[in-house]
Amino acid sequence: MRLIAAMSGGVDSAVAAALAVEAGHDVTGVHLALSQQRAQLRSGSRGCCSVEDADDARRVAAELGIPFYVWDMADRFAEDVVDDFVAEYAAGRTPNPCLRCNEKIKFAAVLDRAQALGFDAVVTGHHARLADGQLRRSVDAAKDQSYVLGVLTARQLAGAVFPLGSMTKDRVREIAAERGYAVATKPDSHDICFIPDGDTRGFLDRRLGEAPGPVVDAGTGAVVGEHRGTHGFTIGQRKGLGIAVGDQRPRYVLGIEPVTRTVTVGTAEQTGVDEVRTGTPTWAGPVPAWPLEAQVQLRAHGAAVPCTVTEDDGGLVIALHTTQRGVAPGQSAVLYEPDAERGDRVLGQAAVLRAGARSTV
Amino acid sequence: MTYLDHAATTPMLPEAIAAMAEQLARVGNASSLHASGRAARRTAEQAREQLAEALGARPSEVLFTGGGTESDNLAVKGMFWARRDADPRRTRIVVSPAEHHAVLDSVEWLVEHDGAQVTWLDVAPTGEVTAAALTEALGDGQDVAVASVMWANNEIGAVSDLTALAAAAHAVGVPIHTDAVQAVGQVPVDVAASGVDALTMTGHKLGGPMGAGVLVLRRDADCTPLLHGGGQERDVRSGTLDVAAITALAVATTTSVAGRVERAARVAALRDRLVAGVVELVPDVQLNGPALDSVVAGGPGRLPGNAHLSFPGAEGDALLMLLDANGIECSTGSACSAGVARPSHVLLAAGADPDRARSSLRFSLGHTSTDADVDAVLAVIAPVVERARRAGLGRRSA
Repeated sequence: MRLIAAMSGGVDSAVAAALAVEAGHDVTGVHLALSQQRAQLRSGSRGCCSVEDADDARRVAAELGIPFYVWDMADRFAEDVVDDFVAEYAAGRTPNPCLRCNEKIKFAAVLDRAQALGFDAVVTGHHARLADGQLRRSVDAAKDQSYVLGVLTARQLAGAVFPLGSMTKDRVREIAAERGYAVATKPDSHDICFIPDGDTRGFLDRRLGEAPGPVVDAGTGAVVGEHRGTHGFTIGQRKGLGIAVGDQRPRYVLGIEPVTRTVTVGTAEQTGVDEVRTGTPTWAGPVPAWPLEAQVQLRAHGAAVPCTVTEDDGGLVIALHTTQRGVAPGQSAVLYEPDAERGDRVLGQAAVLRAGARSTV
Repeated sequence: MTYLDHAATTPMLPEAIAAMAEQLARVGNASSLHASGRAARRTAEQAREQLAEALGARPSEVLFTGGGTESDNLAVKGMFWARRDADPRRTRIVVSPAEHHAVLDSVEWLVEHDGAQVTWLDVAPTGEVTAAALTEALGDGQDVAVASVMWANNEIGAVSDLTALAAAAHAVGVPIHTDAVQAVGQVPVDVAASGVDALTMTGHKLGGPMGAGVLVLRRDADCTPLLHGGGQERDVRSGTLDVAAITALAVATTTSVAGRVERAARVAALRDRLVAGVVELVPDVQLNGPALDSVVAGGPGRLPGNAHLSFPGAEGDALLMLLDANGIECSTGSACSAGVARPSHVLLAAGADPDRARSSLRFSLGHTSTDADVDAVLAVIAPVVERARRAGLGRRSA
């Protein structure tokens, strides 16, 4: 196959490109320039896409003897990922920008351009298994990225190659070290790449401005504090609430109402939900028959729980078999078919609209 | 491999490689007083004399530098500092926005860090700067430290009439620098006849080595040094002379200038065939820069090897990538430090719309170019453009 290897400058995409070359594919390396103001040097594990990252990717491509180019996707990224991220917080939701980037940039803008230019697919360093059009969890449970790929449709998956899903992250670093790549020991990036200082709250303050409002206790209806903007909160959040309540029991964010700028907090028991309603789903394979017995994962790095899924008015109604806490609107509900042998299979996903106790949703 | 990026760098001439290899085997610092030093000094001074002869300058006006970027920095900053020191009213720089970044970024640094003001010259739609535009921008010249206009544009090949520009600058007492990196060996360049005060040239654009260049600086032109040290070059530039590189630079320049007329005609004929062939295969292609047969001051109005083309609806970097995959090497305008292709600032300065600037490609032919190179481009250009157009301009609608 003729492949575009999306090379971030990190160890995963370097090894993915190397494995694609060794498998005999005709590979061209591409580094995506996503930031409009590119820092010269990266600092530790924070962010990516600095000039130094582009240079790291170029070094690996040169060792592999493959062509290498930088594609400027900064405008698309700003619009589809960064602006979306800000708008979601402004609407009281908790977005996942990595998922959005996979959906709109890597396996849309980049894949479309690659295919128009005569390539068959895009190879990336994501930790997930993809074979016969079926997307499954990585063998490395701690590094599994199937959740942020769950949004990809069957058509997008047909244009994707993930060589790393059948190996652990440690093995990836070993392969890089065996080949002498300097990126073998480069730290993993774990922050949001367009917020390199890691200060999401500060970033949102700059974009949205301060908009103070009350923090209300769900039990008593009393105003127990004031906040600088609803964008500083996510459902289930416990720390940094800045409130004073009579009893000493911890409070969690239950609800965010951006129009009245009200943040509602409650006790641990009040955060439990067992029904989730979603927007329009996307499917990684065929549309399932209803009701669907499956597992659902409701946030990155969260555990998957058994559920029964039905359809209602274009969205999904997900009945959780066990009560969950901190289910935030805006997050993706990714449905899995459990498979201990081959890896849990991704069925599809939909964005959480609201969640609550079954009778109240 | 079809190499059509001679304006980026061109293969070294065999005689330059031989001269350089011979010198590399010798010991001697041209500033040392013993026999080895004297021998190195003699070789360096012979090279200086050859370069002066080839460029229409006096040997004492030839200052060796590390290349075009250093020469441009030294001329722009050094002349600005010296002229302002002599008269503090002189804080203005008059410069074309189509200059190479070595000039543009030097000017912008002076504006940001050293109190300079800049007046941007009007650039003709075909890329050249006229004496009338310079005269208007200079005004009475009292507050102008220095003017800088390139002899020939590196992207779209436009040649300006430096004789007329120098006369316009001198009419109001302003010195003028010209970046002639692309011009030497391609079009007639004579420093004395043109009257320019400072001229930048470099070796690797005409068959010499990288890292060796010249600033021709008139003896009466004041210029404050950038590099301080041994003062080797008229106390304006310090650093041990790279005798081997200088020797090869002189051989390459002499050879290139001597063979210019015959080579320019041959390269221009190849370039004309390339452009005509592309026009036939991709009828809506747009030629950027001056007409192929334009004339400036009795010489070519366009660099003989330059073909700068816009392919509407296609992105320059997609075209470059597809041609590269077909073994054809050419260039888009410029790239940022991370390697992102940027729309040509030269086309934008000449008034082109951003889409035309983003869809452009530069083929630059040189001394090793052949009919086979032209044939190779014509064999693939139509399907390449069609495919790049399918990938669109990276827009939402695409």
